[in-house]
This record gives sequence, structure tokens and C-alpha cells, in this order.
Amino acid sequence: MIRLEKRPQASQTFSWAAPVLAVLATMVFGGLLFAALGKDPLASIETIFWQPLFGDFAFYYRPQLLIKGAPLVLIAIGLSLGFKAGIWNIGAEGQYIMGAIFGAATGLAFYPTESFLIFPLMILAGALGGWIWAMIPALLKVKFGTNEILVSLMLVYVAEQFLASMALGLLKNPEGFGFPGSRNLQQYGSAHNAELITGSGMHWGVVAALIAVIFAYMLLARHRLGFAIRVTGEAPRAAKFSGVNPTRLVLFCMGMSGLLAGLAGMFEVAGPSGQITIDFNVGYGFTAIIVAFLGRLHPIGILLAGGLMALTYIGGDIAQSQLGLPAAAIQVFQGMLLFFLLAFDLFTNYRLRLGRAEAA
Amino acid sequence: MKLSTLLASAALAIGLAGGAYADDKTKVGFVYVGPVGDGGWTYEHDQGRLAVEAEFGDKVETVYVENVAEGPDSERVMTQMALDGADLIFTTSFGYMDPTINVAAKFPNVKFEHATGYKRADNVSTYSARFYEGRAIQGHIAGKMTKSNIVGYIGSFPIPEVIRGINSAFIHAKKVNPDVEFKIIWAYTWFDPAKEADAANVLIEQGADVVLQHTDSTAPQAAAQEAGNVITFGQASDMGQYAPMPRVSSIIDDWAPYYVARTKAVMDGTWASTDTWDGIGAGMVGIGEITDAVPADVKAEALALKASIADGSYHPFTGPLKKQDGSDFLAEGETADDGTLAGMNFYVEGITGDIPN
Repeated sequence: MIRLEKRPQASQTFSWAAPVLAVLATMVFGGLLFAALGKDPLASIETIFWQPLFGDFAFYYRPQLLIKGAPLVLIAIGLSLGFKAGIWNIGAEGQYIMGAIFGAATGLAFYPTESFLIFPLMILAGALGGWIWAMIPALLKVKFGTNEILVSLMLVYVAEQFLASMALGLLKNPEGFGFPGSRNLQQYGSAHNAELITGSGMHWGVVAALIAVIFAYMLLARHRLGFAIRVTGEAPRAAKFSGVNPTRLVLFCMGMSGLLAGLAGMFEVAGPSGQITIDFNVGYGFTAIIVAFLGRLHPIGILLAGGLMALTYIGGDIAQSQLGLPAAAIQVFQGMLLFFLLAFDLFTNYRLRLGRAEAA
Repeated sequence: MKLSTLLASAALAIGLAGGAYADDKTKVGFVYVGPVGDGGWTYEHDQGRLAVEAEFGDKVETVYVENVAEGPDSERVMTQMALDGADLIFTTSFGYMDPTINVAAKFPNVKFEHATGYKRADNVSTYSARFYEGRAIQGHIAGKMTKSNIVGYIGSFPIPEVIRGINSAFIHAKKVNPDVEFKIIWAYTWFDPAKEADAANVLIEQGADVVLQHTDSTAPQAAAQEAGNVITFGQASDMGQYAPMPRVSSIIDDWAPYYVARTKAVMDGTWASTDTWDGIGAGMVGIGEITDAVPADVKAEALALKASIADGSYHPFTGPLKKQDGSDFLAEGETADDGTLAGMNFYVEGITGDIPN
């Protein structure tokens, strides 16, 4: 007989082994899924994980990994601070949208003036946009005790409507023949978040993501606030006794995650995307939740997890066109990753025992 | 610039390598915004892809990627297809416009075809269909069939393409039924079965017994079927599974002839950048079978209207017409030019409500 037994202490080893095991299990079961669809499982897995990194055109895909991974990492870092303290900001997608709108609107307000001050202003505006959007659920929580999960999630849909309205109205390209969508910021030098070295994929958003990783690491490891975050998540009662102010913690964690999500949106709209359009947001805010957990809410882990998610997206698209795998199969594959992670997470706190239950 | 040279030379190298073992298949790529099984917009583009395969057999290889988000993701997918040796790439959503232009600039030897956009280059053509011609026929049938005199319309986004369709349908409904009234709901999506079903139900509750849609799912058809006595039209695809009721006819986007012709042009080396806007006459817009739920005389009129549009003797936007604000749009006998149609951002007289923005 097999049964689960609670570990006296959470296994440190398993906490780090679970993501690795989840990736391996995903490869195995994903391979089976692809085989069931009549595709060569090894070739499929190779296409998804190997081609973007070491294939014939890796010189193109490697920079794309940075472009795809940067917003994920930036948002996930912000979310992880709150998640560690048990503060659940589920609405990063909305904060991402608002950051993009604020940033793009600031840039477009100056069009066609060229000045080196415009881009820094856009960064500030983008951060502000995301921060404001996150402060709504934060203030409602600390003032009226509302549930931040629901409020932040609902605000995503509000932000989407706002985005559509901006793309169709206020920010619409006056030279766009009545079609929706703003001017393309890639064609506006002062506002363009261009690659720092051509062909490297390295834009300011990537730099910001790396800074955020370092900043979060230092905050959690060295700073008093980081201690407050950790202790609140692990032992809320102990946190109270040690003098943590829960109101300030909620405001900080929500605000910081909103700010980083807003930055991610701003860097995206000014760079790789270029335009405010109706469908500007593609789910980074939600995928970042997976990235945060896959990375164990640890800054370095998130960096790796963001890279991994980006890899499956890019490799997935390659597999679609080269092998004819349907998009749905790729999505199932990505879903498996989270599923197996949660499954293996069980073993962080429990272990398998063979044999009879011992008499208690 | 460095990257583009690198990309181009890589593509060239691959092209040469391909030539070395005499693989002269023409490779055609398709970038889809939705899933191929959406039963509407993307489904019809994929039918076009299959027609290309059927036509040329071993001489072509087609590849596609579905569910590609507009923006940087689409740019990456197009680049990847070009790197993999595609000779011709169809990008089938308006939002792929700037990415298509960007990628095309890096691969001057690859031909691109962008659907429904307005930006072209030496190696980028644009193409679209005159869906408003089909809307005229829908409007005619709707005006004749409605008993409540309320026609519901599910709009996707308030852009010229959609507004043109509303105007065309309204003009022809009003022509046969002066008391007809249009109720318009904006769903702000091209494909979202839940939202589309909600919109259809609201319209039906408000008394609409005809529901027209500019969204791509079959959810409104299902909602109409449940309500009974409400008629609908297939959108983008035939949606024949809902015939004969509620679906009484449909507008079908038939991209197959165009895709076959453009692939042929690449094979023959005669491909040139153009702007194509074809309608019923050229076969790009098809009218799905009008079912027996429509009285025979109405069906005959609708088919006559279709024939007159197809042979060019009648234009759906023929004056006298006024704009919603009462100002003159077209004088007696005058027809709208393509520029006006392409940028249409006003309702014609008689439609109530404002275009949101």
C-alpha cells in the first residue's frame, strides 16, 4: 500500500527538484501526446527545446528569447513579492495594459518633437500607469477589506475596454485611414525603445528585467522589508508580533508589482510591439503568474523560468510550422508544465511511504 | 542593417543549399490569427491553403502557424517562415500589417501578401474582399423577412470594414421595408463565442427577429436556434450546420482562387506587388445557399440582386443617399468610390445611435 506522509519539515531539496522533474515529466508526456498526434516525439521535443537555442537560426531566436522573456520576468518578479507575503495580485495583465497606454500616450503627446527627455518621461509614465491600476485593489483592500484577487482580476477587463477605446479613439493614428491603432513608436526616434546593440534583442526592457531580478534578490535577502515579506507569508501571526505593518506591506507589494507590470507594458509598446492596438495585450500578465511559481518565487528561479516559458513559446511556433503540430497541442504542452509542477510540489511537504500505516 | 544582411544571406544560403539537391518546391506560409477550426475567418483561409495544395500537389509545400498574436509574435513567426525558406507568405489579419512590412524589408526575395491592410512594398501585396456586396443581399432578405421590423446586428469593432457592412445591409433592408430599424451591439471581438451569444440574446430580447453578425463564431446561430423564429446568416464561412433555420444564407470568404493564382504567379516568376479588392464577381465573396425558409419570390429577388452586383450593373452604394446627420453623401445615380468606401466612418441616414470611439 502506498500512502502520503507529511514531512516534519518541508524538503529543501524537493522544492528545487520539483521544477526540474516537472520539465522532464512534461517532455515525456508531451512526447507521448505528440506521438499520439502522429508526429515524431523526439523531433518535436528537439524542435521546441533545442532549435531556438542551438539550431540553424539560433542567431535569430536567441535574441527573440530575450524579447519574449523580458516582460515575463519583469512582471513575475513584482508578483512574487506579493505572492510571498500572501498578497495576490492577479491583475498584472491590466497593469501591463495601463503602463503601455500611459507610456505610449506620453510619447505620442510630444510627437513629432525629438528630445532625449521623452523616453525617460515615458518610462516614468508607464510605471505610474501600472502603479495606479494596482493601487485601486490595494486601497480597496486596506480601507474596506475587499478581496484583492477579485478586484485586480476584474480591473483587467476594464483595462482591456480602455485599451480598445484608446486604439479606436484618442490614440488612433490620424494618418491611419480610419483604421484602429496608434502611430508606430518604432518610427518615432525619441520614443522608440530600440535594441541597444542591433540584432542582440537587448532593449531597455531586458535591462530593466535584469535590474529587477538583482533588486528583488537584495530586497529579500538583505533588507528589512524583504524580511517582513517573507515572515508575513510564512507566519502571519509572528509577523504581527515582530511589528510588521500589514497595510504598508499590501500597498508596497501591490504597488511594486503594478509598477513593474506597467514598465513591462511600456517597454513592449515602445519597442517590439510599437503600437497601441485593440489586441495589444497577449497574456503576459497571466503567464507571469505561472513563471513566478515555476521559479519558486525566487528571483533567480524566475529568471530561469521566464527563459523556459519563452523557449516553449518560440519553439512551439517553430514546431507548428515545421512539423504541423496544432497550436492547441502546444498549449496543452505548456499547461502540462504547470500541472506537473503542482503535482511534484506535493512532495515538498509530503513523502511517499510504502507499507502499512504505523499505529499512531 | 547588419542583422538584415545576416538574415538575407542566411536565407540565401538555405535557398542555395535547397537548390543543391534539386528541391524546387515552392514553399507557401500562412499566418493565422485564430485556430483553423474557428468555423469562420481562419477556417476559410485554411481552406484556401488546402486548395493551393490540391492544385499544385508535389510542386508546393504549405506551412501554417495558427493562433498567432498580433505584434512581435507575428513578426517572429513570419521571420521564422522566411528563414525556413518560404517563397510566399500570406499574413491573414489586419493587425499583422506593420510586422509584415518590417519582415518584408529584411527578406526582399520573399513575397508577402497581407490581408485587409493598406501598406504595400515591392514585395508586399494587399488583398481584401468586398464583403459589403454580400451585406446588400443579406439586407434585402432581412428587410423582407423581419416581422418585428427590428434587425439586430453584432458588430466587432467600429472600423470602416464593419461600418461599411452595416450601411450596406441597412440601405438594402430599408429599400424593401421602410419601417425597418437596426439595433447594433459592439462586441469588441472578432471571435468570442460567449460574448457573441450574449449579444445575440440581448438583441433577440429587444425584439430582433433577424440577427446579422460581423463576428466569426457560430454562437449567434446557436442562440437564434434556441430562441426559434429568429433568422441568421453565416459569417465568413457557410455555417451550413445551422441551415435551413436559423441560418438562411451566408457570406463566404473564398480565398482559394486568389491563393492559387498568387502561388502560380510566384512559380512563374510573374508575381508583382498589387492591391486586390474583389467581390462577388471575381468569386472572392460567395453567397451561401438561400434555404427554403426564405419565400421563393424573396429568394429570386436576392439572386437577381446578386447577379446584378456580380456583373457590375449595380453598385450597393448608389445614390441618392444621405449621411446620418442629413448631409448629402451620394447624388442620384452616383456610386461611392473605393477611397470613400475604404475609409468609411459614418452611418447612412436612418441608422440610429452613434459610432463609438
